[in-house]
This record gives sequence, structure tokens and C-alpha cells, in this order.
Amino acid sequence: MSEFKPRILVFSTDNVSDPGIDLAGRNKMHYPASVFVVSLPCSSGVKPRWIVRAIDRGFDGVFIAADGSDCSLVPDCTRRTAATVAAAQALLKERSLEPARVKMAAVCSVCAESFQKHMAAFSEALRKLGPSQRGPAGSVAGRG
Amino acid sequence: MEEKKRKIGVYICHCGGNISDHVDVEEVRRRIEKEYGVTVAKTSMFTCSDASQNEMMKDIQEQGLDGMVVASCSPKLHLTTFRNLSTRAGLNPFQYVQVNIREQCSWAHSDDHQGATCKAANLVGAGIEKALRQEALQPIRVTSVKRVLVIGAGIAGLRAAIELADLGVEVFVVEREARTGGWVAELGEMFPAGKVGSELAASLLAEARKRPNVTLFLNAELAEKSGHIGEFELAIRVRPPGLAEETVRIQVGAMLVTTGFAEYEPKPGEYAFGQPGVVTLSQFEKLLQEGDGRLLHQGREVRTVAFIYCVGSRQCGEGEDLNRWCSRFCCSAACHQAVLAAKRFPGLRSYHFYRDMRTYGKFETIYEEAGKTGSVFLRFHEERPPRVERDGDSLRVVVQDLLTGGDEVALEADLVVLVTGMTARANDALTRVLKLPLGADRFYNEIHPKLRPVETVIDGVYIAGACQGPKNAGESVVSSLAAVAKAAALLIKGYVDLQPFVAYVRADVCTWCGKCQPACPYGAIEKVAYGDKEVARVIDVLCKGCGACLPPCPVDATQLKGYTDGQVEAMIDVLAREAEHER
Ligand SMILES: Cc1cc2nc3c(=O)[nH]c(=O)nc-3n(C[C@H](O)[C@H](O)[C@H](O)COP(=O)(O)OP(=O)(O)OC[C@H]3O[C@@H](n4cnc5c(N)ncnc54)[C@H](O)[C@@H]3O)c2cc1C
Repeated sequence: MSEFKPRILVFSTDNVSDPGIDLAGRNKMHYPASVFVVSLPCSSGVKPRWIVRAIDRGFDGVFIAADGSDCSLVPDCTRRTAATVAAAQALLKERSLEPARVKMAAVCSVCAESFQKHMAAFSEALRKLGPSQRGPAGSVAGRG
Repeated sequence: MEEKKRKIGVYICHCGGNISDHVDVEEVRRRIEKEYGVTVAKTSMFTCSDASQNEMMKDIQEQGLDGMVVASCSPKLHLTTFRNLSTRAGLNPFQYVQVNIREQCSWAHSDDHQGATCKAANLVGAGIEKALRQEALQPIRVTSVKRVLVIGAGIAGLRAAIELADLGVEVFVVEREARTGGWVAELGEMFPAGKVGSELAASLLAEARKRPNVTLFLNAELAEKSGHIGEFELAIRVRPPGLAEETVRIQVGAMLVTTGFAEYEPKPGEYAFGQPGVVTLSQFEKLLQEGDGRLLHQGREVRTVAFIYCVGSRQCGEGEDLNRWCSRFCCSAACHQAVLAAKRFPGLRSYHFYRDMRTYGKFETIYEEAGKTGSVFLRFHEERPPRVERDGDSLRVVVQDLLTGGDEVALEADLVVLVTGMTARANDALTRVLKLPLGADRFYNEIHPKLRPVETVIDGVYIAGACQGPKNAGESVVSSLAAVAKAAALLIKGYVDLQPFVAYVRADVCTWCGKCQPACPYGAIEKVAYGDKEVARVIDVLCKGCGACLPPCPVDATQLKGYTDGQVEAMIDVLAREAEHER
């Protein structure tokens, strides 16, 4: 197996974090190509089951690039997104997976640099955790 | 999954080379062309070109496509372009999916071609999955109020207010200062054409005041914003000097931001700034206006002026926050002021220390005239800028003049004018209220410099004038009229078509547990009878499509159009897939 490159799924938001992530690209601020972004209208809409599914299907970590206080849709967006993260972490624990595979941070529409830093730090943290052990609790599925 | 086999067209863009320099687009096409439902798979040098668009329209019609995926730039740029194309070709525009393989792939991974290519293939695959599961949708219409807020009453804002008023739109203008006109109100004779700035500003104000549908708030700022395009709810804070602060609440359909620029303030000691006899361009402009027969500075007559160009502009070298831009107006403004000075104060000598003379377009004649009226030009290299030295009471400028083969020239001057450029005006509070994105240069950012030059990522908020980047007065007005056209086109229709990506409830699954109702920030969920049970229902026009009702539902009955469980999970599955070599 070649060097372990953690596969990360990012949930971004159309009007806040996605433009920030775009800006990182526009400024040629590199982050690993194993980071994949799915954009939604608002981070309050992320479902815990999507997060668990991502890990089940082979992602090593899920990062929610949350709207934070910039959310123009849901006033208590941060609190709600945090609740989603907690729910997903509980589901992962039931499957003997590390809750640290889910992370959230607010990424604003100009937060290119902070996004790049988050990706570097999260990749590093996941590298330390190692590849996710997919599948229901107990069944330790290898990679590939 | 879907009853009838769907027919999806997939188009992958080279974007000149912006994408294909780092992503093997042919390889991406090969990897996805056999995917279920893919009827057409093509690459194109520029998918947004007329020729490519015509080809896509032809494919839609001839092949009977019922879904389309374009993998190119950020949806912020061309989502609307391709939705419009779909509509013209008879494809439901909401069955079009934009995949971003430029900002979020080729540019972000220009250091990893193989990784970028694999990622692009997965992203396109996910887009196809989404398109396969996307039903046809109709837009949701909301009324828009025919009122606009203009923020900043400089030449850009005032000109916009007048024009909007004449188009039948009610206009509110908030100006932070106690007077209107911005920088122009301070200026004397301006280039080109020589109109006096203060008179120009006064006549614009008079014109605005003539119109009953223009309301001007001075000493005022935008304090709060809620709502959305078509119906923004705003709070304006007015602080009349000596009077109690007042908050005015208004509702508008759109906003124009015309908050202008700040003059670059030289650092202490930069070209001896801070010492007597060293002034900025705007300070010199004032001296010109005040001078009566003789040009005076601090009581002393000025006989020789040295202009030093590109101060605070085109800064080079290492460093994050250097002002790398050219400020556009200053070469012309400085030459123009030298011409005025020569006419008003015969015998005055002007020496210009410049890097490149950028009196572009029609302003070239100003440079020519400066030469004819006695100005002398000396050119310096960016790495060897002139030095300003003080010698007792007089100033000396020393430079290696490129025009005379790099000889060192020293020149005595009574006054050194630093030709200061434009920088972004500090406007943190407004930026926060509107959530407007700033560029690395701290000016406000448009969505696209060529194609959508006055729109921002915040729907219904437009930017114009020098708050966007350096512009002279005429250019500021050009952009403000563009913003007028965009805002008016939106408001005069009386409605805005909102995206139909709203929530809905699968009534067969719903058992009314009541959890979604309080989760909705907009009161868009009601309880209705369905057969012999009670279920939740989404009121379309109230739903903003945030998806906040999704996580609380224990049976996955609440779904968001465009982001259903089926769509999101199919996308996750494809993105998780690793190519052979990655394992
Ligand atoms: C010395 C000098 C000479 C020049 N000479 C010429 C010339 O000869 N010819 C030419 O074409 N151009 C000239 N220019 C350039 C010209 O001044 C600008 O192009 C023009 O002023 C830009 O207009 P604007 O409306 O975008 O911005 P501004 O003139 O900066 O006006 C912006 C307005 O917005 C207000 N504002 C800012 N923030 C807020 C807020 N948060 N809320 C409410 N209000 C706010 C400000 O108070 C101001 O009134 C010159 C500039 C300088 C400095």
C-alpha cells in the first residue's frame, strides 16, 4: 500500500463556506486531492446518517465547513450543526469508530487560508488515527 | 430508482487550460462515459463559448436529454448560464447540475495532476448521480418590493440613485458623513473635460433632491439586515450631530454598495512623509485650489514641485499585504494637476519621477499637455526608487534617471508631492452586516470580473464604484449604472423567481411526531390531514430551503429537493470510490 492519504468528505454551504473553498483554489492554495466537497444550502441540513454513510463507504473523516455566525438562513446554525456532529459521533461510537473522524469548524466566504489549514490539520489527525475501519461494529474491513 | 431510463449529457471543460493543464479531461471523460444513464459525454475547450453552448442545445434536442452535467468552474460563475441554456433548449433548468472542477480541483491541486484527475472523475460521477435523481422543478415566485438602498453617496451612489429614481424605483440613500459627494465633492477641476468636482457633486445632489422618490439619510449607516433578495428588512441607524440617535426600519428589494476608497497613507518616513514640504496627491490638490496668484505651502511660496509616482501602488517584493495593484487614476490625475498648476502659476517648475506613465486611453493627451506646459519627466526603476533628502530648509530628490542612461540626478524642490494611490476604505461593520466577500486586496469582490462585474455572492446586493477596486470618476459611474441596470431589471418585474430547492414531506412515511415544526426557522411547516392520519406539510413560499428540518426527522420523511437522501447518498458513494491505482 502506498502512503496513507486520508480521504475526507467536506460538507460545505453554497453561500458561505463554498466561496471560501473556491477562493483557496483561486489563490492556488493547495490541500490534498483526497478532499472532496459536497455543497448544501446550510450546514444545519447535514444529516448524521450521511456522515456515518461516508465513513461506512470508505471516507476516513468528515469535515463540516459550517456557516457559523455568517449563516443567513438559520440563526442558531452553529448550535444545530454541533448537535448533528454529536449525533454522528454517537453513531460512530456504536460502531466502534473514533468520534474524532467527524469535525466541524466555521469557514467563511473569504476563509481560504483557514480552510487550507483545517484540511492540513485534519489530514494529519486522521493519518494518526489510521484508515477508518469500515462496516458495522466488529467487522474490521480492510481497505480496497 | 427512476422508472424511465434517464438520458444525461456530460460536458467537461478545459477552460482554456485552467482545468486541462492539471486535469486530464479526456481521461475523466473516458472514466465516466460508460456510467449508467450517460448518453453524451464530451470535452470542450470552453463549455461557456457560444459554439459549445449551441452544440449542447443541439444534443439536448436531438438526443432528447433529460439531464445535463457541466464540469467546469464554480457554480457562482456559470450555473445561470447553463440553466438558461437548458431552458432555451427545452430541458428543465433544474435538471442541470454544475460540477466545480476548477476552483475546487484543478487550481486547488495544481501540484498533483494524477490526484486532480481522479478527483475530477469522482466529482463528475457524483454530479451524474445527482442528475439521475433530479426531477423537473418549477421556480417559486416571490414578490419583490420596488425599493433600493444605496449605501454611500459618492459620485457612484448619487448617480445610481438618480437613475433608479427615474426608472420608477423608490430609492433610499445612506451616507455615513454629514455631506454627500464623497471624494469628488472635495476636488477642483477634474480630468478629463475640466469640470469642477465640488460643483459636479453639488449638481448631482440637487438632481437627487428634485426627485420625490429619493430619500437621503446623512450621518447614517446600515445597522442590520435580514430577509432575502426581493424583500430585505433593514435597520438604518441615523446619528444627527447633537440629536438623539434614531433607527429607521425599511424594506427593500435590492442594495447597491458604493462606499468608495481611501487614499493610501504613506508610512512615516516613506519618501520623507511627515516632514514639512512632503504632501499627498489630495493635499496638493487642495493647495492648488487655495493658491491665489502664488502657490503657497505653509506660508512659503512653491516654485519647484517634485511628483513621485506609484506611492502605495504597484508595491513589489515579498509580503502578504502589499498593494500590488495599479491605482489607475493617479498618473492622469498627477499630470492633470501639473497642467493646472502651470497655467495658474506661471513660472512654476514641475518634475515627475515616474515608473511607467499610465495615462491610458484618451488620457494620453493629458500627459502630452503636461510635457508641453513645461513638466519634465524622469523615470526610475522599481528597485531603485528616488530618495527624498532634507537639506536645511529645502528638499532634495535624488534618482537614477533611466531616460538619461541611469545617471544620478539630484533636484532641489520646495514641495514633494507623493502621488498616492487608492486603497480599500475600512468598512468592517458594513462588511459584517452584509456578509460581503473581500478580495485579497481588501476591496469588495464581484462574482466575476468580466461576466458578472457588479454582482456579489449575496443575491440582490450589488457593488459599484471605487469600493470594488481603483477607478476614476467616469469608470465609477459606468459600474454604478451597470448595477442600476441589474437591480432595476430585478425589481421592475415585481417578482423574483427563487430556486425551487425547498423541503417537502413524504406523507406516506410521516407519522407527525411534531419535531420538524419547531426546527423550521421560518414557520414553513404545518400539520395537515392525510387519509386517516396527520402529517407535516411544507409551505413552499415560506421555505428557504435551508434543510434545518432534515436532521430532526426520525423516519427521514422530510427531504430537501436537490439534496434528497437518494441524491446525497449516491454522491457520497461515488466520491468514496477509489480508483485502482489509489488503493
Ligand atoms: C486627489 C484625487 C484626485 C482625483 N482626481 C480625479 C479626476 O480628476 N478625475 C477622475 O475621474 N477621478 C479623480 N479621482 C478619483 C475619484 O475621486 C474617484 O473615482 C471617485 O471618487 C469614486 O467615487 P465613489 O462614489 O466610488 O467613491 P467615494 O468618492 O469614495 O464615495 C463613497 C461615499 O460612500 C460613503 N461611505 C463609505 N462607507 C460608508 C458606509 N459604511 N455607510 C454609508 N456611507 C459610506 C463615503 O462617506 C463617501 O461619501 C481623484 C481622486 C483623488 C483622491
